[in-house]
Amino acid sequence: MYASLLNQPNSLFGQFDLLRRELDQAFGVLDLPSSIRSVTPGTLPAINVGRTPASVEVYAFAPGLDASKIDVSLDHGLLRIAGERAPDIPDEDANIHIYAHERGTGSFSRAISLPDDVNPDAVNASYRDGVLQISIARRESVQPKRIAVQ
Amino acid sequence: MSDNKQVTNPASGSAAAVQEQQRAVLPPVDVFEDASGITLLADMPGVPKEKLELKVEGDALLIEGDVQSHTPDGLEALYAELRVPRYRRSFTLSRELDTTRIEANLKDGVLKLRIPKQAHAQPRRIAVTAG
Repeated sequence: MYASLLNQPNSLFGQFDLLRRELDQAFGVLDLPSSIRSVTPGTLPAINVGRTPASVEVYAFAPGLDASKIDVSLDHGLLRIAGERAPDIPDEDANIHIYAHERGTGSFSRAISLPDDVNPDAVNASYRDGVLQISIARRESVQPKRIAVQ
Repeated sequence: MSDNKQVTNPASGSAAAVQEQQRAVLPPVDVFEDASGITLLADMPGVPKEKLELKVEGDALLIEGDVQSHTPDGLEALYAELRVPRYRRSFTLSRELDTTRIEANLKDGVLKLRIPKQAHAQPRRIAVTAG
């Protein structure tokens, strides 16, 4: 029944559905596949994953962390990033008025499944400007090769 | 990241590119006030000092920053949560804040702004005389 309401041209519900789809389109929601382990937007840290012929690059946007306390592990193709962020607002102080408290604090753990062809022995991680970049090399067998024609 | 352009809009024409310029993420902030001023903390991961812009115009404070891309050549996006490589947020300041003495510090993607109060707006204890 709902389907028929939606399908009715110029019906109110149809218009809403159109609006929703247009909004999704405008904000790029439909353009990308989402991961099975994806979380609600706004969860710390946001993660972007990209691939080049030679490596898989993972970017975790995790500002204000102590680089030495970020825990990165790779197990059976599952990359885990864990860490903790200390609160920056001094608490227990009656002389402070807090107006906004949007930045997340506390511990976090996120997992990303990597493609099968990564080499777990060639992982590089760096932390710069609050972004943790993890670069995992891909096995040579999958890298594009030029084949000479006899 | 420049590669985010492909991510957000695979068929990006010039109109889409212009729209991309204007779109920005609202960075989460903490704002708290003590006796001498207001402290603002904003999460802007990926923004280096050179790409951060702070503007005070009248009583409006604008915070804007671009994410510096360190992506290798030929990067193809598989999955992205941060899709717009820019942060922007503005605040209205009040008159008792001294905008000429704002201190800003950017460390590990966290912007810390200290906006002191005008000297005359600092709290004073008013002595009550008996009589």
